[in-house]
Amino acid sequence: MADRKIKVIIAKPGLDGHDRGAKVVARALVEAGMEVVYLGLQQTPESIVRAAVEEDADVIGLSILSGAHMTNFRRVRELMLSSGLGDRLLTGGGIIPTKDQEKLQEMGVGKVFGPGDDLQEIVEYIRANARRVPG
Amino acid sequence: MGNRTKTAWAEKYEAGGVRDADFTSISGRPLEPLYTWEDLAGSDPETRLGWPGEYPYTRGVHPSMYRGKLWTMRQFAGMGTPDQTNERYRFLLEKGQTGLSVAFDNPTLYGRDSDHALAAGEVGKTGVAVDTLADMERLFAGIPLDRVSTSMTINAPAAWIFAMFLANAEKRGIGFDKLRGTLQNDILKEYIAQKEWIFPPEPHLRLITDLMAFCAEKVPQWNTISISGYHIREAGSTAAQELAFTLADGFCYVEHALAAGLDIEDFAPRLSFFFNSHLDFFEEIAKMRAARRIWARAMRDKYKAKNPRSWLCRFHVQTAGCSLTAQQPEINIVRTALEALAGVLGGCQSLHTNSMDEALALPSEKAVEIALRTQQIIAFESGAANVIDPLGGSYYIEKLTNDLEEEAERYFRKIDELGGVVKAIEQGFFQREITRAAYEYEMALSRRKKFHVGVNEFANLGQKLEIPLLEIDESTERDQVAALLRTKAERDNGAVRESLAALKTAAAAGRNLMPPLLECARRYATLGEISDALTAVFGSYREQPFF
Repeated sequence: MADRKIKVIIAKPGLDGHDRGAKVVARALVEAGMEVVYLGLQQTPESIVRAAVEEDADVIGLSILSGAHMTNFRRVRELMLSSGLGDRLLTGGGIIPTKDQEKLQEMGVGKVFGPGDDLQEIVEYIRANARRVPG
Repeated sequence: MGNRTKTAWAEKYEAGGVRDADFTSISGRPLEPLYTWEDLAGSDPETRLGWPGEYPYTRGVHPSMYRGKLWTMRQFAGMGTPDQTNERYRFLLEKGQTGLSVAFDNPTLYGRDSDHALAAGEVGKTGVAVDTLADMERLFAGIPLDRVSTSMTINAPAAWIFAMFLANAEKRGIGFDKLRGTLQNDILKEYIAQKEWIFPPEPHLRLITDLMAFCAEKVPQWNTISISGYHIREAGSTAAQELAFTLADGFCYVEHALAAGLDIEDFAPRLSFFFNSHLDFFEEIAKMRAARRIWARAMRDKYKAKNPRSWLCRFHVQTAGCSLTAQQPEINIVRTALEALAGVLGGCQSLHTNSMDEALALPSEKAVEIALRTQQIIAFESGAANVIDPLGGSYYIEKLTNDLEEEAERYFRKIDELGGVVKAIEQGFFQREITRAAYEYEMALSRRKKFHVGVNEFANLGQKLEIPLLEIDESTERDQVAALLRTKAERDNGAVRESLAALKTAAAAGRNLMPPLLECARRYATLGEISDALTAVFGSYREQPFF
């Protein structure tokens, strides 16, 4: 039996309207055969993780261009661990300095992407690192 | 005769062989290898171009353009607390900048206080946090507001941020008639592209006409709105979409103001525009020239404005943030220089040049200085400011200008068919058009049909970043929240409650909201308190997420 589709939650936490990247990536993931639930703007860490639990998502992707990446990734990761989603991939993208990317990885966040990163590379990274559930 | 010559050339062109490359513009526009007089057949230069400072203003809004006055060099700046931003403003003015431009942080742009739950981690990060009049006082401390013009990039809560600005001027004894500057105040493009709103469209549009009416009487030198294509482009639109959607928004504001009973000659001369300058040099210049022509014609012929000042499409230009790359950030200086030159050749009235590090963080002082120096090189070394509309008459530029104008007209008809701008927003028309264009461009990069030097071509693999970045310390949020709580403890809370109640009454009664907003600002009501009071009357807005 084939694996079920990789299911990805994409969300924009906080007060950040820059949704170009989130939408382009969402579309690329769908074209690549994944299932995407785009939660849209003004999400909280709580609303994002709640959706991930309800959807039994394999991947959570946060798009953050507001500078609040440390706060939001940290909080989402904590909630994932306390909700039994510790084995799911947390990734994302935005305007995120290299130094902060390293700190994020230390707290269990996967690779985060930025301006100029190739869509195909993002697709392949998620495919390789998403939790897979036999269908 | 002409035909024979072009045919003869075309044969040689085909015979010579052509590189295997994509020759469309960055917007995907197919381009001929050569443009000639034949492409302008039927396009009368006298009526299509006219003279600088004369209808239809294709060649510029002033008769003397940059020989008379250079564009205003206005760097958009704001970060951390009001004190930190005040320090950056003094630095920029000292380095020869000629106007101020305030960047607010995300919570402020959404009309939220720094202690709001959704603001966590965002305070002071992408701009300066302003919660009350006390912050406005610190932001402009020691800056001569009667001599320096101030632009403020604020939309949803523009009317109450402006009320705080006015209350500060009042406290300092500066007459409202002395104040010069611009409020972005363009809510339509928020629904279309930037997504920072508070209420549904109609109450926001009412606040905009209230502000126009108030300023026409009390703050006559203020540009009440900067109708913005910048964010539409940054969200991924093509050049033609940016042009068409921005001007369509402009028409919508004019129609709302006319419906509210305002006289076109009172408000139209204070309308201003804001365009992006992206990487495709000629297409950008043509877009700016087309904007002037379309606007002048609509204002004169459709909206029947009589005063030529009401016909002018005066605009600010910012180089394209979305063209910058995190990889090899130093080469962003070159991209920005080309984009800035396009803005100047397009005839902008003011210009912001992005800094090389903005795909990574807010700009450092050094990066900002280089960006400003780029403008100064264009102004004082390149010779670009010596001659008015130097590309006017170029077959290619004039053809592109005509083509962009036609494409915009097609979009205007489509928007009319959908029932106008607000209806088209509610149906997600603009949002879908932009999302599609953004995806197509990203795919073109991914398939290497389009190139980004240092990213999908000429990349330096494994290169470490070698430029210093500005960091906003986590203590900023704590300091800003502490300042907010202090202001709330020190003010007369009874007076605040009264002013907010009066604001709600005026909102429900349909009276002009600027006087009660000014009273709230004087009493140190917070941005969020004012937003909440108005939301109680106007309701809030949510977008259906889609991609």
